[in-house]
Order: sequence, then C-alpha cells, then structure tokens
Amino acid sequence: MDSFHSGLSRRSVLAGGAAAGALALSGAPAFSQVNWKKFAGTKIEANLIKGPRGETLAKYHKEFTDLTGIEVGYELIPEQQQRQKAVIELTSGSPSFDVVHLSYHVQKRQFEKAGWLADLSGFIKDPSLTEAGLSESDFSAAGKSYATDEKGRLLSLPWSVDYFMLYYNKEMLAKKNIPYPQTIDEMIASSIKLTDAKNGEFGFVGRGLRNANLPMWASIYLGYGKDFIDDKGNLLTDGPEAVEATKQFQELMMKAAPPGVAGFNWMESQAAFLQGKVAFWLDGVGWAPPMEDPTRSRVVGKVGYGVIPKGKMIQASPTYGDGIGVVSNSKKKEASYLYCQWAISKLMGGRLLQAGGGVPFRNSVLDDPEVRSGVKMPKEWVDCVVGSAKVSKLGLPVIVPVTEFRDIIGAALTATLSGADPAAELKKATEQFKPILERSEKA
Amino acid sequence: MSQAALGATVGASSPAASPVGARKWRAPTYWPFVLPAVIVVVGVIVFPWAFTLWMSANEWKIGGASNFVGFANYARLWTDPRFIEAVWHTLYYTALSVFAPLLLGLLAALIFHARFPLRGILRGLFVMPMMATPVAIALIWTMMFHPQLGVMNYLLSLVGLPAQLWIFHPNTVIPSLVMVETWQWTPLVMLILLGGLAAIPTEPYESAELDGASRWQQFRFITLPMLAPFMLVAAIIRSIDALKSFDIIFAMTQGGPGTASETLNLYLYSVAFAYYDVGYGSAIAVVFFILVVAMSVLLLYLQRRAQWNEIRTDA
Repeated sequence: MDSFHSGLSRRSVLAGGAAAGALALSGAPAFSQVNWKKFAGTKIEANLIKGPRGETLAKYHKEFTDLTGIEVGYELIPEQQQRQKAVIELTSGSPSFDVVHLSYHVQKRQFEKAGWLADLSGFIKDPSLTEAGLSESDFSAAGKSYATDEKGRLLSLPWSVDYFMLYYNKEMLAKKNIPYPQTIDEMIASSIKLTDAKNGEFGFVGRGLRNANLPMWASIYLGYGKDFIDDKGNLLTDGPEAVEATKQFQELMMKAAPPGVAGFNWMESQAAFLQGKVAFWLDGVGWAPPMEDPTRSRVVGKVGYGVIPKGKMIQASPTYGDGIGVVSNSKKKEASYLYCQWAISKLMGGRLLQAGGGVPFRNSVLDDPEVRSGVKMPKEWVDCVVGSAKVSKLGLPVIVPVTEFRDIIGAALTATLSGADPAAELKKATEQFKPILERSEKA
Repeated sequence: MSQAALGATVGASSPAASPVGARKWRAPTYWPFVLPAVIVVVGVIVFPWAFTLWMSANEWKIGGASNFVGFANYARLWTDPRFIEAVWHTLYYTALSVFAPLLLGLLAALIFHARFPLRGILRGLFVMPMMATPVAIALIWTMMFHPQLGVMNYLLSLVGLPAQLWIFHPNTVIPSLVMVETWQWTPLVMLILLGGLAAIPTEPYESAELDGASRWQQFRFITLPMLAPFMLVAAIIRSIDALKSFDIIFAMTQGGPGTASETLNLYLYSVAFAYYDVGYGSAIAVVFFILVVAMSVLLLYLQRRAQWNEIRTDA
C-alpha cells in the first residue's frame, strides 16, 4: 500500500492544490490569489536526482499539470551523474532544462559563483505567484542559509534536509544500564564500555571511508563551536579544536568500532547496526526507514533516535540538504518557479516525510499535526528530526572545491584510523588543500 | 650481372624511359569512399585527442574562465603526492592483475586441455565469471569481504585462519581487489592459452618421450616456450585491461581506505568529474595514455621476440 495516501489524498490536491496548508493556517482564500493557470500550455523541463525526492515529484507530476496546465518533462538521473550533467550543461550556457535539483552541501557556492540560478526573491514576495503560507521565514535556519547567497538573494527553494543524528540500540544500552549520552565525551565513554569485540559486539559504528567520513567527523568538530573556515577565508582544519575533535574521532573509531571501519561508508555501517551487534550509529536521519522494516532489520522496535549530544562547547547537528531552483537562462522562469513551489509545498513535503524519503526544510510541514500523524516512523524519530532542526549547523564549508575538501581532509581522517598522528595529518592535509582553495577563490 | 641487364635495370628506374615503370596519374576517385572513414576517425579519435592536449595546456575549471598555462599542469603532476601515489597503485595493481590470472589461467588451461568426463560442462562453468557485470560483481564481493558479516572471514575461520580486513584496510585492499579481478578474468586467459595448447604439434612431445624427458621437462622445454607468444597476447590484453580498470575499484572502495586503492584512472575521474578541474584532468589523461601505450609497446616487442625465438628454434 502506498503510505503517501495515509495522510493526504489525491482528492485533497485537486480540491485545495498546493496551498491547502496555507488556507488552513490563514483562514483566508490564499490559494485563490495565486493564478496557477497563468502559464497553462507552457512546457518546462526538470533535471532531477534519482532518489526519493525526485521520484516523488515524478510520481505526482500529473497533479501539477492538472493544477497549472503546465506540462513537465523530467529526467531522473543518479546523483553523481546528475551533478556532472547539470554542471556541464549549465557551463555550455544553453542547458536543456529549466528547473534543476541541486545538492547544497556540494554545489551551493559553485552555482552561485557561476550565476546559474535565477533570483527568486521577487517571485516569493509576489502574491500572484506564491501561496500565502510560503515565505522565507518558514524555512529552517539552515535552509534559509543554503537558499540565499551572500547578498541575501533567494536563488533556490530549500527542499529537503538531512540532519546527522544518533541511532542507538536500546536493548544493548539497557543490558549494561547505560543511559543515552548527554555529551560527545559520554558517547565515546559509553561506546567503549559497550564494546565486547570477542563476542562481536561493538559500541559504535560510523563512516570511516575517505570523503564520506567528513560528516561523521563534523558531528564532533562542530560541537567545539567552530566553523571550517574563518571570516577571512582561513582554513581552521588544523587548529587546536580540529585536532582535539580528530583525537576523539580516532579514539571512538579505534576503540569502539568494528575492525575495518576505515573502509565503511553508510551502507556497511547500517548493515552492522541492523544486525543488532552495534550500540550507536551516527548518520543521517534519512536512513531510518529500514530500522523498522522486519524484512531487513533485526532491531525492529529496539532502536532509539536521538539528537547528537552536546560537544565541548555547543550542541550541533551537521546539516546537508537539497534545493530546487530555476536556471537563470530559462525563458520560462515563472512557470518553472510554480513547479519549484509545488515541489516544496506542504502537500509534497508531507508526502516525502510520511514516506521517510526526506525531511522538508519548511517548519510548517514538520509542525503540522496532520502531516505528523501520517508518518510511519516512530514518534521518537520525528521528535529527533524536530530537535535536530533546532541545533542544525552547515555540515560542510560553503566553497566551490568542496569535494576536494572532503577528499583531502577525509583521507587524513582515515589515516588516523591506522594510528597516524591527528595533528600531523591535519596539518599536511590543510597545507595540501590551501592552494586549491586559493585557486578556486581567485578564479 | 651483365651490361644489358644492368642497362635494363637503370632504364627501368626512369619512368619516361620505360612504359612498364611509368605510373600514370589518376584522379583520386577513391576519395568519396575513404572520406566517411576519415571524418569518423578525425571526429571521434583525432579531434578528442587534440582537444585533450589543448585543454591540458589550460587551467580550466568548469564554471570558471580558461587560461593558457603551457606545461604548468604537467609540472604540477610531479609535485602532486596523490598523483605519484596513484601511479604506484596503478603499477602494483596491474602487475598483480596480470600475474595472478596468467598463472592460474595457465594452470586451468593445462587442466582443461586434458580429456576427462564432463570437461565441456566444467569449461562452461569456469568461464561464467567473465560474463557477469562488473558492478554487480563488485557489490557482491564487497559484502563477501565485510569483516563481520562477510563469508570470506567465515571461510577462513573454518580452516582456523584469523579474520582479515580485506578491502577495509590500506595494506590488504589492492590484493583483495586483485582477487576479484583474478576471479573474473582468469577464464579469459585460460581460453587464450587453450587455443595455444591446441596449436602445439604432438611431434616434439613424442620425440621427448623417446629421449626419456620427464613431464616437467616436457612442460618446461616444449609447452612453455611454444605457449609463450599466447601468454604474451594474454598479458597484453590483461595489462591494458588492468591499467584502465575502473568499475570494480570504484564500486568497491572508491579508491579507499583513504587513497590506498586510488589508481590513475580513479584519480583522473575525481579530478575531471568531481573537482571539475578539466585542464589538470586532461594532463593526467595524457600521461595515462602515454603509460598505456608504453606498456603495450613493450609487451608487443616481447611478443615479437618470443615469436622470433620460436622460429629460430624451429630452424
């Protein structure tokens, strides 16, 4: 059965359109103000990432056509290839699409610097184009930060967020009478206590693989209240806080994680946690649905979902996200904007959340009791998502060479898992990355 | 040589003097037939290569402006520790990926060359890994190598050997990847060598038998030298394949842990398509191409020598 239909139905779309939530909130006929049919007969093209978000749009795109009369052609391409295709076509100056799905944590700065996205600031303030419930204030802080450039222009609409959180095996913790950790230090200590390698039980698992391990490390590092780069553009990745965070990362992974964790991505980590032999797993909120699936999990009903514990200075949940924007070269900007608006509407956001396919950036969706009641995941997971939103912090620096950053610093982190000195590795990696960053800023 | 004959030879060298030696100029009527092939070759081989060479002389990041930098990208290669490390990984990976299938393929060919019941069916089963999709193979082997959940460590435990970290440790990652490569490509080597074994005449063996040569001596002094050209063909095919191996490594380790299994091909992919540094990526592609050609030329030379030795032995 399609879980989407448990909370919101197709009929409700046709009756209320994408502005149904706004109607309920304001009590005014906000929907009627937007002239959805203004661009009827237009055909737009969308370049989407293959995954729960893109697939949800593709599944329901006919509803958008019914609502607006706008025909949508779309491509669903696996993430890595979609990023390459989008960048190459945008560089050519005449992309084949009007709407583009972007990964903020990788592409934000690149898209902004290249001027590939249309300014939506005027559109979102225009009541004939935007439903009353949608405004920048409805986006979470991270979402707003991702969607706007340094001049404050809204260049895309924040769509779906991924917070890093802590999954835990309640049974394993209860057996040793260990409470949920309140700080990162406690998490490390408890993980070590829970490790019994001889019996194949481990206190912790997380990504050790180069590049993929950056968010895992950031979950510790951001707790020091520091960013990756200071206001003057200097890298802080070899500073004392980074070194301390790396020592914690090293201790946690070497003393409490299964052997071979240096090569683990999310998939291997999840597989280990699902077997019921690992107490804590730190990763994105989006990996939760298999936990409660009896055909895939041995820990159904035993999993706890917690916000990342407080670090040395602050509590911070590294945040990553997707957005959807209109290409600056598009000749159908308004029609494309309507599509983007529909994509992040309360209706579509609700469907995404209820299916466990993503977490909308819009607070009004997360706070809506009707949407929440349709979520199949345990209430604790939803609370964790809401709690993470309150302490969210960008999980990667907003720079163009973000993949190089992840690769180079990530390789240093992986090296520490073989016993290398954190300070020396970080210094070497930071020196290696510095000219790349300088070249990129000069370009 | 007689005077008359000499005169005739000298005369033949002058087209005007002899109608036999004269070459009549003809309009190039064959061009319409050649032109489509020339256009295709220029379009899909010459132009991309010329463009890659040109790009390697530019600093160009997708989304930014392009600047001519001459040989700066090539100079940068020798100061890039990741590139140098990738070259070594490539050579190490290639050496193992050629040697292991060659050795096992030879063994398999010798076994399957002999006549025994169900030989045809077993040969068919043996070549099956070759037909599988590399990415599917990679995903299955990744789970097999999982230190806690994988079947490989379980198998080791059955014979009392300690668990290994396989692709999850920098020291064992390349040999583990080579295991997968060997599993998939040993059958190809076997097929090539089976062809070679079938081509060896029986007479040398009969003579050797009469002379009292042992089985080992027959293998060492008859089979191996006569099979050498075929082994070199297999080595050339495997070397080129292993040098440009991408799918299995990318799907299994993405070049990790750290950069422990990052070969030139993977690094090139990252630079060009993840970092969008097209200029530098093109310089790596050019160097990589030179490496592949150099290795192929070396092996072709060795193959010719092997053939020449064979002829000399026959003579």
